[in-house]
Amino acid sequence: MNFVYERFLGGKNGAIGIAILAALIFLVFPLFLDAFRLGMVGKYLTYAFAAISLVLLWGYGGILSLGQGVFFGLGGYCMAMFLKLEASDPISTKIQSTPGIPDFMDWNQLTELPWFWIPFESFSFTLLAVILVPAIFAFIIGFSMFKRRVGGVYFAIITQVIAVILTVLIVGQQGFTGGINGITDLKTLNGWDIREDSAKYILYFINAALLFAVIFISRFILTSKYGRLLLAMRDKEDRVRFSGYDVSNFKIFVFCFSAVISAIGGAMFTLQVGFMSPSFVGIVPSIEMVIFAAVGGRMSLIGVVYGTLLVNFGRTTFSESFPELWLFLMGGLFIAVVMFFPNGLAGIWDKYGKKLTAYFPKKAKPALTQTDPALAAEDAK
Amino acid sequence: MGDYTVQELTAIFAMQGFSGLSLFSVLLLMALGLAIIFGQMGVINMAHGEFMAVGAYTTYLLSVISEKYFPGFVQYYFLFAIVASFIVAGILGYLTEFILIRHLYKRPLDTLLATWGLSLIMQQSFRSIFGAREVSPGLPDWLMGSYQPTDMIDIPINGMFVLALTAVVTIGVYLLMYRSNWGLSVRATTQNRLMSGAVGINTKKIDRLTFALGCGIAGIAGAAFTTIASTGPTSGSLYIVDTFMVVVFGGAASLFGTIASAFTIAQAQSILEFFISGSMAKVITLLTLVVILMMRPEGLFSIKVRK
Repeated sequence: MNFVYERFLGGKNGAIGIAILAALIFLVFPLFLDAFRLGMVGKYLTYAFAAISLVLLWGYGGILSLGQGVFFGLGGYCMAMFLKLEASDPISTKIQSTPGIPDFMDWNQLTELPWFWIPFESFSFTLLAVILVPAIFAFIIGFSMFKRRVGGVYFAIITQVIAVILTVLIVGQQGFTGGINGITDLKTLNGWDIREDSAKYILYFINAALLFAVIFISRFILTSKYGRLLLAMRDKEDRVRFSGYDVSNFKIFVFCFSAVISAIGGAMFTLQVGFMSPSFVGIVPSIEMVIFAAVGGRMSLIGVVYGTLLVNFGRTTFSESFPELWLFLMGGLFIAVVMFFPNGLAGIWDKYGKKLTAYFPKKAKPALTQTDPALAAEDAK
Repeated sequence: MGDYTVQELTAIFAMQGFSGLSLFSVLLLMALGLAIIFGQMGVINMAHGEFMAVGAYTTYLLSVISEKYFPGFVQYYFLFAIVASFIVAGILGYLTEFILIRHLYKRPLDTLLATWGLSLIMQQSFRSIFGAREVSPGLPDWLMGSYQPTDMIDIPINGMFVLALTAVVTIGVYLLMYRSNWGLSVRATTQNRLMSGAVGINTKKIDRLTFALGCGIAGIAGAAFTTIASTGPTSGSLYIVDTFMVVVFGGAASLFGTIASAFTIAQAQSILEFFISGSMAKVITLLTLVVILMMRPEGLFSIKVRK
């Protein structure tokens, strides 16, 4: 029991943080938000998966990937392919010239299902693919880069280029991928209508539960010996290497693991939002994921969830009322966080919030009269 | 490609090759600035494309002003616009270094994020000032028209002008970096910052001027860009990834490598573009680059740098 407490929850502080976040996500949001707003929160929480993956990769590992959108997208597309195949059964697509294939393939004069779509008719294969496709892809990239000691800025640029390649490929190969519109009109999951409000609630809770599972596993990894090695590698890679560790294997592992986390987020995104498109794959979404992590605090698994929620709420509010201000604000926020608060919200909380809670229970009042000379003078009169 | 005759193929290669040269010019001008900044300070400037757009908008402004107030000047304004673009973008770059970049030298990955934030702000500024619509300056008559060596080949004059401009700027950068005292201190700082400081080079000043120079060259790229395409708020960001690839592929801090890789990338892309769709040409080019970089991470030509 104590093992679970220390390693998965992260001791007293970690447990309190997780309890507050859980109360917010499992109780406050579902109770006070209508189905539409809750759906939005659910969508934001899928980005939080990517932000958490960046805590491991960037905050602890020091490896900045500007291509997390790639893995988010791969997970999302795997799920979308399954749902699309289910939505385009021969009966509901009988007006097409080739019934039984997705509508966009029919529009692009394809007459049969491409070979790589066929396995996605099976749900169990799809679930496996959501995990394995990004993991294998990340392994190939990670293996070829980290074994050759490519790191830092070069790695960031190359992951970014990979994001560009994948986006251009998806947009260009319209017949196979749905092009710029993505895969839309997703209806049912094994016969269960995912567009109804009740389904949205259930998916929200599944998503939230998965998010916490990911936080627990990540915390377990970070509190283990591996987590310490990760930090050591970030700060003095050569010394870790000289101590006899194969640095590249650790890096490959964390890269693959973060890819899988992002992909789970992507798959949940598809389920909740009901479509997947290349606009969640490219440079801009990938960098936004880094913003979420930076704002929340790149070293804090809990902080990045708040960061993701905050930035997205901000975007929704601002782009509704002052669309032209949003980019200024976003850019300014990014610069401010990087320059002044490198540890984000979590860093601010550690610095000021903890002092606040330390004072709060008993000494709040006497502290006020003592520190404020004006009030003290008032009392003396 | 079986349906083309030899003559047609030659014409296609010549024309696609030349349109590749226009792309090459813009890429090289962008990459020169980026390579100087990246090679010198290890700073990734994500806002580099926006500095190019600054140059392009400066040119546009000058063209509007000269058309309105100095009609006689319209034939010559473009030459001044090039200089003005360099100065405006350079000053902005100088300020950026002073306000933002110099605080982040110890954290190279964070400069990447901060400059991305800067690029968002700059893009929105362009949109607020010049509107979301793409603009293009009126070109003087001597830049219009084309040159036809044979019936099938048609080479636009503005493309040749941009090529000449690129050559001049490249030679200028070469002379500045390899034949001047200032260039000597820049290269010394790149190779060993601590020792350069010890022998009396003001490395901070060098950093600032280098950054300004890189941004200024991006401004020239912007001026050149206006002659071959119209400028919108996000024009700069379209080229940024390609430019990064040019710099990384060529090997940072190697002038010759940058030229060679800009040439290879631009030519590969524009010749492939004719035979397969534009998007696949881009995918194949970039994918090849990534694979080559995986095998040779330091780029084509690289100089050894003490870390």
